[in-house]
Formats: sequence, C-alpha cells, structure tokens
Amino acid sequence: MYAFEIDRPATLADALKALGAEEAQALGGGQTLIPALKARLASPARLVALSGVAEIKGIRTGENGALCIGGGTCHADVAAGAGAYPALAALAARIGDPAVRNRGTIGGSLANNDPSACYPAAVLGSGAVVVTTNRQIAADDFFEGMFTTTLEDSEIITEVRFPVPEVASYQKFEQPASRFALVGVFVAKYAGGVRVAVTGASEEGVFRWSEAEAALSGDFSPGAIEGLRLSGAGMISDLHGSGDYRAHLVAVMTRRAVAAAR
Amino acid sequence: MPRDGGIGASTKRREDIRFLTGNGNYTDDINLRGQAYVHFLRSDVAHGRLRKVDASAAEAMPGVLRVFTGEDFVEIGGIPCGWQVTDRFGEVMQEPKHPVLAHGKVRHVGDPIAAVVAETRAQARDAAEAIVLDIEELPAVVDMKAALEDGAPKVHDDLTSNLCYDWGFVEENKAAVDEAFGKAAHVTTLELVNNRLIANPMEPRVAVADYNRSTGDYTLYTTSQNPHVIRLLMGAFVLGIPEHKLRVVAPDVGGGFGSKIFHYAEEAFCTFAAKALNRPVKWTSSRSEAFMSDAHGRDHVTRIELALDADNNFTALRTETHANMGAYLSTFAPSIPTWLHGTLMAGNYKTPLIYVNVRAVFTNTVPVDAYRGAGRPEATYQLERVIDKAARELGVDPIALRRQNFITEFPYATPVAVEYDTGDYHATMDKLEEIADLAGFAARRKESEARGRLRGLGVNCYIEACGIAPSNLVGQLGARAGLYESATVRVNATGGITVMTGSHSHGQGHETSFAQVISEMIGIDADQVEIVHGDTANSPMGMGTYGSRSLAVGGSAMVRATEKIINKARKIAAHLMEAAEGDIELKDGRFAVAGTDKSVAWGDVTLAAYVPHNYPLADLEPGLEETAFYDPSNFTYPAGAYACEVEVDPDTGRVTIERFAAADDFGNVVNPMIVSGQVHGGIGQGIGQALLEACAYDEQGQLLTGSYMDYAMPRAGDLPFYQVDHSCQTPCTHNPLGVKGCGEAGAIGSPPSVVNAVVDALRSAGHDITHIDMPLSPSRVWQAMQS
Repeated sequence: MYAFEIDRPATLADALKALGAEEAQALGGGQTLIPALKARLASPARLVALSGVAEIKGIRTGENGALCIGGGTCHADVAAGAGAYPALAALAARIGDPAVRNRGTIGGSLANNDPSACYPAAVLGSGAVVVTTNRQIAADDFFEGMFTTTLEDSEIITEVRFPVPEVASYQKFEQPASRFALVGVFVAKYAGGVRVAVTGASEEGVFRWSEAEAALSGDFSPGAIEGLRLSGAGMISDLHGSGDYRAHLVAVMTRRAVAAAR
Repeated sequence: MPRDGGIGASTKRREDIRFLTGNGNYTDDINLRGQAYVHFLRSDVAHGRLRKVDASAAEAMPGVLRVFTGEDFVEIGGIPCGWQVTDRFGEVMQEPKHPVLAHGKVRHVGDPIAAVVAETRAQARDAAEAIVLDIEELPAVVDMKAALEDGAPKVHDDLTSNLCYDWGFVEENKAAVDEAFGKAAHVTTLELVNNRLIANPMEPRVAVADYNRSTGDYTLYTTSQNPHVIRLLMGAFVLGIPEHKLRVVAPDVGGGFGSKIFHYAEEAFCTFAAKALNRPVKWTSSRSEAFMSDAHGRDHVTRIELALDADNNFTALRTETHANMGAYLSTFAPSIPTWLHGTLMAGNYKTPLIYVNVRAVFTNTVPVDAYRGAGRPEATYQLERVIDKAARELGVDPIALRRQNFITEFPYATPVAVEYDTGDYHATMDKLEEIADLAGFAARRKESEARGRLRGLGVNCYIEACGIAPSNLVGQLGARAGLYESATVRVNATGGITVMTGSHSHGQGHETSFAQVISEMIGIDADQVEIVHGDTANSPMGMGTYGSRSLAVGGSAMVRATEKIINKARKIAAHLMEAAEGDIELKDGRFAVAGTDKSVAWGDVTLAAYVPHNYPLADLEPGLEETAFYDPSNFTYPAGAYACEVEVDPDTGRVTIERFAAADDFGNVVNPMIVSGQVHGGIGQGIGQALLEACAYDEQGQLLTGSYMDYAMPRAGDLPFYQVDHSCQTPCTHNPLGVKGCGEAGAIGSPPSVVNAVVDALRSAGHDITHIDMPLSPSRVWQAMQS
C-alpha cells in the first residue's frame, strides 16, 4: 500500500465535494480496492470513504412496490433485509464470506462491475434502475463490459431500485479457488416477460441471454430451454474452465434457476 | 484403560491453550530493539540475464540503510543441497550453484535479485521499486520433457543440460523386469501427472536475525521445522559461522508440511545483513511471496506398467518418471523422487521385480522439495491407480486383486531395497470394509442415481516409510547428514521434568504426547513434564521434524534418556532404602523394594540427587540429567486402506466427497485423539490435491496461480466427516515404543481413492474413462465426459 489521504464524509454532499479533489477515488466497502491497494496495483492520492454516509444505506419499498436498496448497504444487510425479494436476499447471502458481506456494498460491487460478481446479474436480470447523484440509469444501459460502467468520475450510486418479480432465482456455480461465480445466472419472471442475466461467463461482462428469455417468456419451464445453448466463443477461458464449459454451464444454471425460481 | 495422561490416553493438547487464545509466540511476534526491515525485489520474469542492477536511486530513498545485490554475495557460499544422488551410470547428479541473491541470471519468477534494508517495511518496499533493472529476457523452460530436448534453453549455463540425474532403481533388476514383461499374461499401462502443489502453511515464512558485535554471536529466529539443520547448513556452508557462535530458534511455527524443512536464502540474507549493518534485520513473507518462494511439492509425470500372470498375480512393475526440481536444488529435493519414492514402489504387494526410472529436471520454476508425504504419495498414487485400472481391464474386483497380491509374511524384503518389519494388510482392509460400510454402497449408489447424481466408490491401500532414518544407510544413499534424533531429560530437584528434544512441533502436539510417554514411564502426572524444543541453545543437536519421524525417532531418544534417568534414580533409591539395586521397582511414581512395604517417592529421589547429603557420592555423580541420541535401525512402515465415495453432478462435472474412511496401522498409539487429528489433516490435504489444488505456470514461466483467487485450497465445506480407525496395530519391532508415525499417512493414502471413485462414478454412467489427471476440477471432469 502506498500512502494516501482519506476523507470520511458524513453526507452525500460532502462526499461529492471531496470527490471533486484531484486524484480522489471513492471507497465503498473496499473489498476490491483495498486488496488492490495492498498489492500496490492502485495508487490513488486520496480516498473518499462512503461508509459514513448514512443517507445511502438501508432498504425501503419504493413506487410500485420496488425494493430500493441504498448504494452503501452491505451484503449482509441485503441478505437480512430484502425479504420482499427472496432471490436477491439469497444472492447477497452467498457473496464471499461473512467478513466480505459485512463490508462490501451493492454500490461498490456495481461500480466495480467485476465480470464474475453476483450483483450485476441481479440488477440486469431484474431490469433494476441504478440511481446516482446525477441521474437514473436503466440496468440495460449501466454495464459496459468488464470493469466498465456508464458511471462518470465523481458519480456515486445512491440507490438501486429492483422491481420485484413474480418468481426469481440466482444459481451460482463457484470458481473453485476464488468462489466468485464461474458462471452465475439470474432468472426473473415478470408479468411482461422473463429476464435472464449471466455473470462470470462472458469476456464482455454481465449479459442477457435473449434466446432463453424469449423461450421462457412463452413457457416458464426448464424444458422450454432444453437444447438451447450458447457458443463458447467470446466466453472467458482460463485455468478454471474453457469458454465451451462456461457456455455449457450457462444453460445448466439457467435451467436450474427456472426450476428453483420462487 | 490407559492411565490418565499416559500412553493411550486422548489427552487434550496443552499447546492449544496458547494457540487458541492468541498467546502463541511466532517468529513474526519477535521484534528486537533497533530492528530494520528487508524487502526482497524478486524477478518477474522466469528466465533472464541480469545485465544491470542499479540501486543508486534506491539507496538514496528515505530510511534506506543499504541495498544488497548478488554482487555482495559473490564471495559467500551458496545455498547448499543436503543430498547427492548418484545416477544409473554411476555419475553424481548435476548440482548447480544457488546464490543467496541472483547473480548473472534470474531463473524463476520470484528469484530474489536485490534486498533493501530500511528503517520500516514500507520504506524498504518503496525503495525496491526505485531499483532499476536491465534484464535480457531469455526463453524459459517449463515443461520437463521439453527441457530435456536438444537445444532447449539451459536453466544453468554451466551445466551440460537441464538433466539433474537419470536414476535407475534397482538398475541390476532392469533386464529381469523387462523379461518378466515379455512373459506377462496381461500388462496394464497408465500415464499420469502428480500435480504440483504449494504447501500454504497458515503462517508464512519469517526470519529475524541479530548479531552481537561485542561477543560475535549470531541469533536467527526463523520459521523452521529443524533449527539445528538450519544452523549447520547456513553456518557451515553459507556464512562460515561456527555452531557455537550461532543460535537458531524456531519458536511456535504455524504449520510446515515440509516447506519449512529447507534452508532458504532469506534466512541467510537476514543473518548476513544483521552483521553487515550491525542491526537486527527482519523479513516477513507476504502471502504472494510465499507462492513464489516457498518450495513447491510433487510435480511428477509418470508412465507406470504393471505385469500380471494368468492368475492375476503381479509379476513385475516398471515406471518412468520425470520429476521437476525447479530452478535450483532445494535442501532435500534430489532425495524425494528417488529414495523416498522408488523404495516405496512395492507398496503392500509381493511384486517380485520392480524397476523405477526417474529423470530429475531443472526448469524455470520455483524449486520443488518435500511436501507432506514427499515421494511416498507419488509412489502410492501411481501404484494404486494402475492396480485399479488392471482390475477393471481384467474384470476382477479391485479389492480382491489387492488382497490376492498382499504381502502376508514379515519381515519382508522388497525388491526395492527396504525391509518391512511388520504389518497386516488384510486386517486394515477388513477394518476398512467394516467402517466404510462397503456392503451398503450399492444402495447408496441407487439413492444417488435417483437424485440424478453419479456415485462412485474408490479404494486403495498405501504403505509408507517413516521414522527416517538409519544414518549409515542414508549416508550410502547420498544424504549429507545423519538422521538420528536427540533428547535431554532434565529432572529438577522437586521432581518435575524438562525434556529438551531435537524434534520440533509445528502443529503435531508433541508437547502433549511426548509428556504422556514420560508420564507412563515414570508414573508421574503428565503436567509434571515440560517439553522444550526449537532452540539450538538448549536442545542437543537434533535433526527436526519431517517424514513422520518425531515419535518414532525423537520419542525413542527421549525414551532412551529416560531409561538412563530411571536407572540412575534406582541406584539413588536403593541407597536411600539401603536395599540392593536389583530389588528396586518403579511403579506409579514410587521406588519400592520388591517384596517389602518399603518405598520412596519419585520426589524424594530427585531431591536427593540435587541435595546429596545422604547419597552414594563415591559411586554416583549428583544431579539427574541425561542425554540420548537414537539412530533407528530401520524405517517404520505405517500402512492402511482407504475408501472414498463421491458423487458427480453429470451436468457440471462437480465432484463432492460423500464418505471417506481410513483404516490405518500406526503400530502403538500414544494419543489417539492427536493421531486422528493428524489423519484428518492429511486427508484434507490429500483431497485438496485430488480435487482442488494445482500450481500452474504458463509457457513463459509466469505463475498463473499466484494467489488464492486461482490456487484452490480445500475448505471445511469441501470435506466430509471422516471415519478413521487405528485399532489395527502391528507394533514396530525395532523402536522402544513400537510406534510407526502418522503425520503423512492421510496425505499419502487419500488421493488414489478419490480418483478411483470418480472414475468409477463416470463409468457407472457408461463413460469409457480410465483416468483423469488431478485435480479433478469440475471443468476437467466435464471435459472428460465430453469425449
């Protein structure tokens, strides 16, 4: 770790002001950034810790019954408090380990957009809205590939609004070492159709599997997507699995998510 | 019923009180006044010519005391190798230089190039980034077979090739073995990889060195399994410090698994720099450094052939192995694929003819050396896999095929130069069949299949050689050290006992189990006995802990010293009671005159030894302290039978261990609870190797598994509850406790049964699969199912 300055604002306004400083970087729960700092892979001159900003924490019910989660809410609080959206609560309960879940935040995870993280699948699979200090961003517009989002510098995720589906499930197949998603599939059935979002698999980061969505919107059963498969091209290929293996797992996990959807 | 705290009692581990309450004293807990910190700048290329190391900017950085480079060590001895192997043509192995800091070339990612010593750890690290390197990158050799091809880049320019040695064992048997294969009714062949592992003890390596300018004494605190060995290797061969001026302390050590046997460059560096700077110097490995500087384990590529006659008797065995040495020879590296591997190839079977060929190869990777089991897991894995394959090819039951070929008469001289003193392989197999409920497997398979899972059963046997080792024998085999053990038993005036042992405990529970032995011998409470280890200043020259040797060799030394104590105490007691020495009996902590009601307590005798007012001073020295060195006459041969049941998810390839049973014969058992714990830990590491762990390099020699993000360690959820049993006991015939050693058995005995089980599961679904290389990760299993 290199030396850096740290601000600990208590309000969103102060946080934004602090982020205006040169070379300032927001620090959420630090579950990605702190290890990067320790390995000297990142060297921000100034960190702005968002953990003291109470107004971006907590879970509430929004318009049309949407489940609204503050960007600074840690995974453990989502696991305990998102009972209105059981699939989301279950996803949060299986991120990392207890230490990670009590520090890591939904806003931090989304802003980082790790291609193997769980939350991007839930946000995209739910068609959630990401609310920032500047604007409201539809999930379909938010993710722009591995570790890239539409967020601008000094823009803070204040809330994520999840429309609550009729049924949903997240099925994660863990990478054996990191226990991140080797493949994770989030399936959510809404009155208007089914959404299927896939994390861990693609070199482009989280994506929607539109063929599966179409098939499942007509017939929400595992059998509806039997035989449907993705190409391994463009899938991540590494020590833990080839692109073909990941493509295969996407189909398996999607079927299992449909079967398990509650 | 064992006596409370005596031999056979499951006494709780006294050391756990300090470990579990955070009161251990580990090397990183040691901070000396005025200490400086070292940071090693390590190579990020696998192979390169060091054209220039410019530290001038770094030396000017804040807090920097000095930057050392390979130039500073040109006049200093290199890191020595402790074993010289002679090849099949009678030539000694090629032995490269191993400088403390790289000089001329870097040879693996992680090879230390420079060392910055500064006032703080952060300053040292900052300055290391300011060192300017000019490295001409060279093509790396990673694959062992490619490394032996003509024209392959050479890891060491001054050697003739990347071949360390080409070993044949027993070379004289080769023609007879080949002939037996010619006559065989059936030959089963298997090619396999024993995957490279990284030990990953919970505590990374640490060294703190101190030099006293006024006395010329050095002290090194280090994370070692054998402080005396470090003192000898570093003192005599690297830095030229005589033993009486060098104290090496290995305090509480948080796991070793072999990786802390070896003498490492960082220890020598800190000791050297402490004198050069006249400051204590401390180094604490980061986890990332541990991945690329702790010696790795295993990494064999093997072709094994088993010949059988028409009645399914094993008639001959032939193997060809490539064994990776890495870029340099670590302390015991040459002995692992040879004397700790070839000598075990008979396994539990009476195969009359065996020939083992091992080619040890230098590559641009981290040095490879002993890791829990060290050579014996490699032997067991290939043998027990090829037997399983043979059973399948012949259509016979794999357990029956094993039983048919078991050695049943002891002592048994194998065709690979060792003599098993005792054993009963049918007994452990019988016990296994019982505790694993093998009869119930068919029903369990049916139940799994009803849930859409494939279920497989794998069984294997193992034998290992522990209690290393007879010094005269290993000397003939190339060891540059003796392998006895020592103990000093110091009885205090009021009867308490302090034992200074040369064995080292880094998780094994010696402080508890060794005290139980003394308690049993004298008949006093175990809490009257303190076991002290890990400091060359108070223990006699000892060889340390590895190869499951501590109780069998170190415990035997302690028994011998205690026998001397008892003999002397008996003389004192005889004097006190005015009786004949021959009439004195020791029982329950009292010396009694046989046939009378006269007796004196242990404490009366010990007090007399130190307050010798009424004492036979003309015939006997006062005091009660004895030292013994014990050199074993043979190895010990623990053996057993293991069974694993797995489920395979046919959609994903994911393997889960559903049941695991181990029936071991460790001879006599001092503390059954500790033994079970050792077996549990070993099986955990064995399952880790079989399902999860693999150290991987890319073709350029970059370490792909440099952190826990990619190196998969087993976790509690990956492991089942085990059924372990060690009630089958054929006591070792040649050591005083009749013990064999239990530390490595689990890691040796478990991988074959896991792989056998997965192959069985896949075949149950019609997949024509005979082998999958470890680790059996979901993607590998799925891939195998696709073909």
